[in-house]
Amino acid sequence: MGKETHNLAIFRGFLKFKSNVQKIWGVLILLSILTTVEVALGIIKPDILNVPFLRVKLLNWIFIILTIVKAYYIAWDFMHVRDEKSSLQGSVVFPLVFLIPYLAFILLLEADYIFDVMSEGFVSWNF
Amino acid sequence: MESVISNQSEETSAWGGGSKPMNASYGKLMMWFFIVSDGLSFSGFLVSYGFSRYKFIDSWPIADEVFTHFPFMHGIEAPMYYVALMTFILIISSVTMVLAVDAGHHMKKNKVIFYMFLTIIFGATFVGSQAWEWNTFIKGDYGALKTRGGQILQFVSTETGKRAAIKDFSFEIPTDRETHESSSGVWYKSESSLPSYSLNEVKYGFEMNEDLVIRIEKLDEKGKKIILSRDESLLQIENAVGVVEGANLIENEYGNPLFADFFFFITGFHGFHVFSGVIINIIIFFNVIIGTYERRGHYEMVEKVGLYWHFVDLVWVFVFTFFYLV
Repeated sequence: MGKETHNLAIFRGFLKFKSNVQKIWGVLILLSILTTVEVALGIIKPDILNVPFLRVKLLNWIFIILTIVKAYYIAWDFMHVRDEKSSLQGSVVFPLVFLIPYLAFILLLEADYIFDVMSEGFVSWNF
Repeated sequence: MESVISNQSEETSAWGGGSKPMNASYGKLMMWFFIVSDGLSFSGFLVSYGFSRYKFIDSWPIADEVFTHFPFMHGIEAPMYYVALMTFILIISSVTMVLAVDAGHHMKKNKVIFYMFLTIIFGATFVGSQAWEWNTFIKGDYGALKTRGGQILQFVSTETGKRAAIKDFSFEIPTDRETHESSSGVWYKSESSLPSYSLNEVKYGFEMNEDLVIRIEKLDEKGKKIILSRDESLLQIENAVGVVEGANLIENEYGNPLFADFFFFITGFHGFHVFSGVIINIIIFFNVIIGTYERRGHYEMVEKVGLYWHFVDLVWVFVFTFFYLV
């Protein structure tokens, strides 16, 4: 793979870098900003974001979305998924984006049910 | 029958081998499939952490209160700063790795060596930081009591509103009780080391200090741990059966033992990945130095370990979110 095979545009072509090395530093800056935002929100924990949405706090939704954005840029630019054929992109990404949310959904739902049983039913673990 | 098969494979060259529909080498594809399966293992661990957390959603330990230490800054509460620093170290090691891969594409051997070296240093720094984090967690800081049901009772001073450490208020009672070792009695009976204060010493110290109250595991609507009144505390302390200092796989002074189990298991499994990544990087680093890839004509091996290294970084991004932030 020579340098000419690299796709140098991120943000859907909004930001275009001159060389692959420049793109790497650009992505580092982006990842650092996202991490700083996460840490700052984690330390401040604003009360406005402390409201539940779909049984998860708004603040936690922000953390999860920022994490997925970070994961996207690590995979696409550091692991060069952006430069791979769409068949390879699909066979790597699809199993993960399908299976992980599925597993998370069924297990968290089950855990929520167990919590309800323990808090509203006659089962208790505090003797 | 044989002739039929060979005829067909000549006609349809897609099945005859030699073509690369994904335009990637065998080694790189296998690394990708390993990454996908390893990613599924990690997601299994993180989802089971989520399972236990949702099961005990109203009493789970608050990560901000658990990881508050920073090296060389004793007594200062610094939640998250240390783990944020670790995250930055790993992201930067990822950047030096991708720079090494890029230098490999341009066949610049010395640049590859330099960036691989930096990657190894940052990776080793991360593993070291992880060890420090484990050490602090295992030692614990305030100490607590546990009830028969496994609940943790922590102490808060009403004067300052801050946590009180058992070593500060416990009243020392002279005792002959020593750690029982298998050498000094029946050989098949021994115990792990005794806590530095016995249950009676903590109880007595608590009764003497009027301004101490108990904080239980349950969370209120705002997500803070519930603090009992002095009278409730005096009743609750009678339920205590033992002293807990620090965290291990059986007990955890910060709350639910499952929190410690998952912490050790997930960060341990990730740390083991980082450790093996550093070892693999060192092997490739020496291969680059002796010119193996220069002679081979391409640096694809650097690219393959690069994929693994970025994957380890990717996993940490998720561990960081689900263990420390959410």
